[in-house]
Amino acid sequence: MNSSLQPSPVSVTNSEPPLIRRLLLAVALIFLTLFLFIPLAAVFYEALRKGLGVYLAAITDPYALDAIRLTLLSAAIAVPLNIVFGVAAAWAIAKFEFYGKSVLITLIDLPFAVSPVIAGLIYVLLFGAQGWLGPWLAAHDIKIIFAVPGIVLATVFVTVPFIARELIPLMQAQGTEEEEAAMVLGASGWLTFWRITLPNIKWGLLYGVVLCTARAMGEFGAVSVVSGHIRGLTNTLPLHIEILYNEYQFAAAFACASLLTLLALVMLALKALIERYTLKQRWIVTLEETK
Amino acid sequence: MMFRFRQPSVLPGFGLTLGFTLGYLGLIVLIPLAMAFTQAFHLSWDQFWHTVTAPRVLASYRLTFGAAFLAAVINTGFGFIIAWVLVRYPFPGKRLVDALVDLPFALPTAVAGITLAAIYSSNGWIGHALKPLGIKIAFTPLGVIVALVFISLPFVVRTVQPVLEDLEAEVEEAAASLGADRWQIFWRVIFPAVRPALLTGFTLAFARAIGEYGSVIFIAGNLPMISEITPLLIVSKLEQYDYSGAAAVSVVMLVISFMLLLVINLLQRWSRIRNGWEAVT
Repeated sequence: MNSSLQPSPVSVTNSEPPLIRRLLLAVALIFLTLFLFIPLAAVFYEALRKGLGVYLAAITDPYALDAIRLTLLSAAIAVPLNIVFGVAAAWAIAKFEFYGKSVLITLIDLPFAVSPVIAGLIYVLLFGAQGWLGPWLAAHDIKIIFAVPGIVLATVFVTVPFIARELIPLMQAQGTEEEEAAMVLGASGWLTFWRITLPNIKWGLLYGVVLCTARAMGEFGAVSVVSGHIRGLTNTLPLHIEILYNEYQFAAAFACASLLTLLALVMLALKALIERYTLKQRWIVTLEETK
Repeated sequence: MMFRFRQPSVLPGFGLTLGFTLGYLGLIVLIPLAMAFTQAFHLSWDQFWHTVTAPRVLASYRLTFGAAFLAAVINTGFGFIIAWVLVRYPFPGKRLVDALVDLPFALPTAVAGITLAAIYSSNGWIGHALKPLGIKIAFTPLGVIVALVFISLPFVVRTVQPVLEDLEAEVEEAAASLGADRWQIFWRVIFPAVRPALLTGFTLAFARAIGEYGSVIFIAGNLPMISEITPLLIVSKLEQYDYSGAAAVSVVMLVISFMLLLVINLLQRWSRIRNGWEAVT
């Protein structure tokens, strides 16, 4: 009875006819099913189709283990490097006013706009046998292309923007007052950073790290160009999957793919958790402010 | 000093962090990228033009940009509907669906590639169902579009979703109280507010799809002139040690990508102004 007298705002803004609402919902879910849910299910179906024995054999194969090790190693180098870069870039951009800032932000975004294949190519042109630094590297017996350093470099390149992209808007929104107060009270620059800035940005940083890690472990195009596909030496897990697939070892390829898919799902869960946590915090803050 | 590079501040570390940022970007991104240009200029202008306009290369541009454009268009339409449904309609499992929309960002492209190839090939789950209709997806240009739709799916959803969430109900109520019907409210009130975000999402999806390699090569079949994308052409030139040719085609792609990046930044500035936010500079 009351509801007919006081229609809730929801009923006004959501006043599409039920038929249209159901139709839109159906279109969205069918599209997502075709392009997301079926592929997701298919990875695990194909991986386990030949039985658990084949699955376990595929992921404990020595070459697969080497590939996993290299994937973890390159992520373990690329992610910390980009954390330092992201924090430094965000500090310079968010805490200071200077000319050319928007150009700098665009430059940080560049790796997003460059095809991964081109990212690999430029390192081959720079460090490859016929590259710019090739003769010098050969004379000093340093191998970068078709070796682990090249894979790490390509991974770093494609993941450069992830953490900086999360931190810059966050730190811009937070402003500089808290840090300035700490400095005025006599704290050193480092102390200010550790006690004031880092606690303020930790969730944004973690969010960036999750995205960066997911990309670092999954990168294919750039790594494929610089790797040389030497089994046991320069094969990352995505490259190992490609080799297995091209050898028609589909069950093994999908078994390794399922590992990366599980990893992707973990990353998505972490991302959702961080989002919900920060949303709740923001909500509490606004509640306190409105009190 | 007549000219100040930056405004004074009590906070320390400007020189250190900006220096590190520029040094890192220079070493990892800018100097290596410059190599593509210097290598391409090893060619004479005629050679360069001949390389980047060879029939096989032109066919690859047509496929790459055409398929990326279509994929971005498809994702703009469906992405808007998905964002709309996620923001406005309650349904069971909504939180899970919302989280899974980001799967293409988290899933390695090689995994996406072999999986889509398996499902859409003629003996796969979906390919099998389409076979009686005479539709072949895997190993045709259609397969390229399917892969690009997958990898660029989240962009439009994720740019439109926050704008729809921030849309104030009062505006729609005001329009309704003034006698507008639902359709008019959508076109006159909601759509103009969402349009910049839609455009940004479209451009991001388009830019991402142009450069995509990993997911496409498994499903495309990679036939020269028919289903060969430009990034694959770069790789095959590289494998034939045609470094200058690979660099020349890369330069064409890079220039187009940079222009898109510029468009994205302009669009974002435009949407900030439209939404009445303070320009963050």
